[in-house]
Amino acid sequence: MAKKKGVQKSEVRSQKSEVNFLPCSPASPASPSPHLPISPSPPPLSLLPTITVWAIALLVTATFAWIVGDIIWHGAGTISWEFLTTAPKNSGREGGIAPILVATGLILGVCLAVSLPLGIGTAILLAEFTPTDSWFGRLVRRSLDVLAGVPSIVFGLFGNVFFARTLGLGFSILSGGLTLACMVLPILIRSAEEGLRAVPNDYRLAAASLGLSRTTTLWQLLLPAAVPGLLVGLVLGIGRAMAETAALIFTSGYVDRMPQSLFDSGRALSIHIFDLSMNVSGGDTNAYGSALVLVVLLLLINGTAAQIADRWLHKF
Amino acid sequence: MKTSLNSTPSVRPCTPTPSHHQETFIQTERLSLRYGCKTAFCDVNLSIPVGCITALVGPSGCGKSSFLCCLNRLTDLIPCCQVSGKVRLGKLDILNPKIDPIALRRRVSLISQKPNPFPLSIWQNIALPLKEHGLRNREEIDRIVEQSLRDVGLWDEVKDRLKDSALALSGGQQQRLCIARALALKPEALLLDEPCSALDPISSSVVEDLIVSLKHHYTLLIVTHNLAQARRIADYVACFWVKDDSGQLIECGSAEQVFADPQSPITAAYVNGIRG
Repeated sequence: MAKKKGVQKSEVRSQKSEVNFLPCSPASPASPSPHLPISPSPPPLSLLPTITVWAIALLVTATFAWIVGDIIWHGAGTISWEFLTTAPKNSGREGGIAPILVATGLILGVCLAVSLPLGIGTAILLAEFTPTDSWFGRLVRRSLDVLAGVPSIVFGLFGNVFFARTLGLGFSILSGGLTLACMVLPILIRSAEEGLRAVPNDYRLAAASLGLSRTTTLWQLLLPAAVPGLLVGLVLGIGRAMAETAALIFTSGYVDRMPQSLFDSGRALSIHIFDLSMNVSGGDTNAYGSALVLVVLLLLINGTAAQIADRWLHKF
Repeated sequence: MKTSLNSTPSVRPCTPTPSHHQETFIQTERLSLRYGCKTAFCDVNLSIPVGCITALVGPSGCGKSSFLCCLNRLTDLIPCCQVSGKVRLGKLDILNPKIDPIALRRRVSLISQKPNPFPLSIWQNIALPLKEHGLRNREEIDRIVEQSLRDVGLWDEVKDRLKDSALALSGGQQQRLCIARALALKPEALLLDEPCSALDPISSSVVEDLIVSLKHHYTLLIVTHNLAQARRIADYVACFWVKDDSGQLIECGSAEQVFADPQSPITAAYVNGIRG
């Protein structure tokens, strides 16, 4: 995701820099001033920024392509319907990843079921009911920014102490999902808040001037208009949750059996990859296969969200 | 800043509009508004007569738009904005915190400078406020939507695409839609904040004709920078000016009187195009 953005940005910049160099050549024939250097092509030094920018763009794209290509190259052979639908055998060296997919889905489900309502609610509170410069708003925002920067291993330890032991949930999908919810919340809240703040104030004034209540304004006008922003937060959150390993080792555990309930321990995809590549000799092939599944899932979620946001924007 | 706050004695109190048979719709008494420590306008005494067009004229930053916002309590939405004084609507003092601003805004509706239709369909733009105010009958809603679109002369232009986005309309159409949306709620007064300034000349004249046609059914208060427009459409004119760092009402009266025989030298210079 971040890499993609980088590519787009540098491409835009490179186009801009080209435009900046253009006036040198076409302006010269018409130029009335005799002092201006007239050259048919831009001087070689001015090409340097263009080359640099293009090089950076290529480098970023190439890195992304290399990683994805490597995973596809090594993992594609493993992927089959059987791989997706059977349980792992022999510590994961053989067999498939069905229980791991189910556990990942459940952990993600718990995480979103908790963090989405809480996150959007907090964002609404911050954006609509708290003045931007009030001490409360500043305090919450600062805390969220700090929270967003906390290393995931710390969240893992917190989840282990609080959810697994204090609340007695043990090593379970529930503990893991709740820990992930804590991790995802800051991202979700901040981007939802930005989305709401990006809605033009005209709508709020127009609604108030027509005597619409704040609830109606929020549900009928502001939230629909903020959907693209909410989706960005959701995608970033899902991305972070799906890729998380450290926090889950301490909370949802290692067990690779098919989970029977939310109180069972379950192994997430990222942990499966970690385990196969670090602890199981000869597990590399299936590790690559699992990594490919993870990357494809993330790209699918990304693409779907982008498409929904796009369609939503063009609806009106 | 202190001087501006204490400068009340120098202000010549503007006598309410000299109308003998005209009923007053809304009346302000020593109305002042401050944003933090900046005074937008102070001590405005003004009566708005029923069923007429009253134009507020004056240079930018003299508090005309802020004054308008006070009249339907949209100032509630602006952070650190303090209003003092009285605004009488009939027997009510609408600045009283016990007054329900939502009911007030149904009676006194504001049309803003930039057309601001909701990002919904044309039909929904008018239907949403109606539904909000308890109308559930679909046929009744359809009837009111059609009626208010006819009132603003938009029906024939949009009747085949009521389900299309309101944002696809032209600026002038959007502004008329906003007026229709307000009219659908059957307000008593419309506050228009430079309703034509964001429009091209043709749309502007359409909206202007619309405003004139609404005059007998509604009380209209219009802020305008366009003196020619005020001259064309207004029955009464109130002139604001910046004095001592804050906006003040320097003259008000019937349009003929203010334009032909202004009492204040500043108004005279302004309406004759010497200043402002």
